[in-house]
Amino acid sequence: MEVGGWGVLIAVLGGAIRIGTPFLFVSLGECLTEKSGRINLGLEGTLVMGAMTGYAIALHSGSPWLGVLCAGLAGAALGALHSWLCSYQRVNDIAVGIAMMLFGTGLAFFLGKPYIQPSAPRLPSIDLGGWSDVPQLRAALQINALFLIGIVVAIALGWMLKNTAWGLKVRVAGESADAARALGLPVDRIRILSTAQGGFLAGIGGSYLSLYYPFNWSEGLSSGQGLMAVALVIFARWHPMGCLWVSLLWGGAAALGPSLQSVGITYGYYIFNAIPYIMTLAVMIITCSPRRNLAGVPHELTVTR
Amino acid sequence: MAASRKLTRRQILKGTAAAGALGMLGRLDWIGQAWGAQDKIKMGFVFVGPRDDYGYNQAHFEGKSAVAKLDWVKAFDEEKVPETIEVQKTMESMVKLDGAQVLFPTSFGYFDPHILKVAPQFPNILFLHCGGLYQEGKHPQNVGSYFGYIDESQYVAGIVAGGMTKSGKLGFVAAKPIPQVLRNINSYTLGARSVRPNCTTNVIFTGDWSLPVREAEATNSLVDQGIDVVTCHVDSPKVVMTTCEKRGIYCTGYHCNQVKLAPRGYLTGAEWNWAKVYMDYADMIRKGQKVPGLVRGGLKEGLVRVSDYNQIVTEAVRKQADEAKAKFMSGTMIVYKGPIKDNTGRVVIAAGKEHLQTDIWLESMDWLAEGVIGSTKS
Amino acid sequence: MSMDVPKNLRRALEPFLIIFGSLSVSMVLFGGFVAMAGANPIEVYQTMYRAAFGTSFSWQNTLIRAAPLMLTALCTALPGYLGLIIIGGEGAVVMGGLFAAITALTMPTAPPMVVLSTMALTGMVAGGIWLSIAGALRYYRAVNETISSLLLNYIAIAVLNHLVTSTFRDPESLNHPSTYHIGEANMIGLIPGTDLHWGLAFGVVACILTWFLMHHTVFGFASQIAGGNVRAAQIAGLPVGRLILIVCLVAGAAGGLAGMVEVAAIHGRANDTLNANYGYAGILVAFVARNNPLAILPVAVLLGGIRASSGLLQRAHELPDATVLVMQGIIFLVILFSETLYGRFSRLQNQGVS
Repeated sequence: MEVGGWGVLIAVLGGAIRIGTPFLFVSLGECLTEKSGRINLGLEGTLVMGAMTGYAIALHSGSPWLGVLCAGLAGAALGALHSWLCSYQRVNDIAVGIAMMLFGTGLAFFLGKPYIQPSAPRLPSIDLGGWSDVPQLRAALQINALFLIGIVVAIALGWMLKNTAWGLKVRVAGESADAARALGLPVDRIRILSTAQGGFLAGIGGSYLSLYYPFNWSEGLSSGQGLMAVALVIFARWHPMGCLWVSLLWGGAAALGPSLQSVGITYGYYIFNAIPYIMTLAVMIITCSPRRNLAGVPHELTVTR
Repeated sequence: MAASRKLTRRQILKGTAAAGALGMLGRLDWIGQAWGAQDKIKMGFVFVGPRDDYGYNQAHFEGKSAVAKLDWVKAFDEEKVPETIEVQKTMESMVKLDGAQVLFPTSFGYFDPHILKVAPQFPNILFLHCGGLYQEGKHPQNVGSYFGYIDESQYVAGIVAGGMTKSGKLGFVAAKPIPQVLRNINSYTLGARSVRPNCTTNVIFTGDWSLPVREAEATNSLVDQGIDVVTCHVDSPKVVMTTCEKRGIYCTGYHCNQVKLAPRGYLTGAEWNWAKVYMDYADMIRKGQKVPGLVRGGLKEGLVRVSDYNQIVTEAVRKQADEAKAKFMSGTMIVYKGPIKDNTGRVVIAAGKEHLQTDIWLESMDWLAEGVIGSTKS
Repeated sequence: MSMDVPKNLRRALEPFLIIFGSLSVSMVLFGGFVAMAGANPIEVYQTMYRAAFGTSFSWQNTLIRAAPLMLTALCTALPGYLGLIIIGGEGAVVMGGLFAAITALTMPTAPPMVVLSTMALTGMVAGGIWLSIAGALRYYRAVNETISSLLLNYIAIAVLNHLVTSTFRDPESLNHPSTYHIGEANMIGLIPGTDLHWGLAFGVVACILTWFLMHHTVFGFASQIAGGNVRAAQIAGLPVGRLILIVCLVAGAAGGLAGMVEVAAIHGRANDTLNANYGYAGILVAFVARNNPLAILPVAVLLGGIRASSGLLQRAHELPDATVLVMQGIIFLVILFSETLYGRFSRLQNQGVS
């Protein structure tokens, strides 16, 4: 069925979900980590490690969901390592993040060599677009359960951070370590746990890439997605629900380039493909201001001091 | 200077140490003596990407594995060597530390400036580049090139695609609009249109050789536009093939056989057959024959091949594809035979004019044939 | 008074001991890693040594890989003095190389020294401006500079690819879109007697000069004060904004110079291979060197050596290319972790003494 120009809109919609889901998980993970006062730039390595682990476990066990779970666990382990290292005085968490990125990526490539060839079982899709008889729309709305899980996590995380004792402890650790210690809270343990949980989510995000879209384990799988998640969290003002909208926006913007080409708009595709980055930078320039502090920033974050 | 044209085995095995004095012997026919049974020829392969990428590098790796089985060859390789000064160092290291006598740097971008800089330093070592850039007289004597006219396989694949498509719309996910890629796109389209005159090919350029997410997006966009057969020219076609399979459309492969990735939809594919090239080279060197500066060929010479047809390919389409293959084998098929217009209406090959596959003019292709929807400009 | 000598000695020895200790620990960890992978750690280390430092060829291999890192590490190290964490080295390299190549094309008849000097100048200006965008955004709009410099990297690569494949494309560079060649005569030559191009010298000189700038000039002191406490610096009347911009300009200029060297010493053209991850490797060098330009020199050589050994590891031990990534990760994690050990020893000693 001919859709012509509407194809671009449909692609953007589909892309928002397809491409945005891993970003959703990684940014939620980073959001939680940063709320506790730790910044984890190593999520790129966690993402890749999660992708590899998920693929490998799915292959060996035959169950993609088991792969997802193990990917999360691998991510949690890397996150815990990162935060443990950073909990020592004077250790630079941004530098550690970049070193973890190298380590995680290297480890994933190393262990993942035997898994590039074989095909693992794929995560199933849910047909949300069954009501439509436009095949393209149906395809765009064919989503994976992880997207729905991600929405639930975003809502739950937002609610828990605001309304539970656990959430309060995390936030206090992120706002002022001194205040937290005065209250008797184990700041380092809170941060290690939050970073581990963040890593768990990031690992799941990685497994989405290898087990669903683009459904491939190879050494070129990620192209800075983990790093971009840190930008997205700032973009989202550290609100979990904000992470959802921002991830969708990003996914849609990333789908724009290829879909424009498919309808014949071919000039400048390098620039079109860079739209997500340009857009993020523009939004940051417009919304940040030296006069007022970034609303919502946890004050313990070294990035903002 | 009267230099001996016969090299003793010891001199060959010493390699670079006497490079200067033996400079006059840096010719491709330097291997005058036969190789003894206990001497293994050492061949070094350099890949730009991972060797199991289900695509370009894997095709070369499979070739290397085939030649490594010969018991008078010792083959080693290095993967993921970028096209920077690193490849120069890798090549030098293979010669100096591993004693390589023949090098196969397999990525296109290795030639200029890297091979051209390193080869003159080691006139006794053969540098055989995959890419067809060697020019007699312009480039050093110990350099050679090889390339396969895989666009012939794409032509046949195009016939199958054109025959099997229901919507008449084909898709092509390509990395960059360079001549080799454009030639594949054009051959594919010409093949398809030879059996279905009005079909079209939508091209999407991803911008780089390996971008899995963008390749998946491109494939999805193509399918959204009603395209039901997709092929590609990227380093690793794995993502494109699996995405096609998920969307339930047909696909044709590239570089290697990807039928395992898309058992339902993989119609056929264009594959390299580097094993033949490497084995031929090894044989020539062993027999002491002169290695030609330029080794090229297509289906007829066996440098490329076409994947087996999927069982769903109809009899009629198989017949058409087989006819074309037979014509290639007998040397009577000319893909670029005028009149051919490009997709802006301009005549690029006049009526009555023919370009054989070896014609240099085809190497600077910068147009897209009629029926291709897309542009070479970025 | 008799206690000063041992304490000063201790303080001077401390970094060396800790670094040495860190390297030893990482070697043990990495040895364990390769042992689990089925290789003999002793042999692996022997191979790595042979490939990195064993022969004159290996040394040159190492140094040639270290050369761009010396420059790109400055992109992160210099702003570090101001408390800024900028990871935009990749963008500076790309912009510097691109504009240097373009400049060379505008002067086809000028003598080589003039062309090269202008190329270096344009490359440095281009890289400097690019990096100072991140600095300016931080100072004037409070935009986090780590994120903005990261985004600018991607944007720079997109601009490079776009221009190289359209506006500045050399029609002869068919299968590898590039700008026109700058001309053989204009290429940077090799240091006589070696296989190394003069880019290495640029790196060494740049590190020494910037070290001098940051540690022995008023400008450098002012920057360090501003880096320590912005408020105090402003109260003291220091022009923080101007300091940020200048430091970023200098840092970006170093990166741009690295890009220019890539073009003028190796490729002769600008194309997508400018995006060779030198920027990202430089970040690690800067952090491990604790932003000190003099320390950047040996760290860059270390990293260059590790990378140089990758090839031989693949061929001699069938270890995949990723092994070297893991090693880099381990070494740098351990060294970064060892930051926490500084001051612990003397503290212990002091307690013992009193």
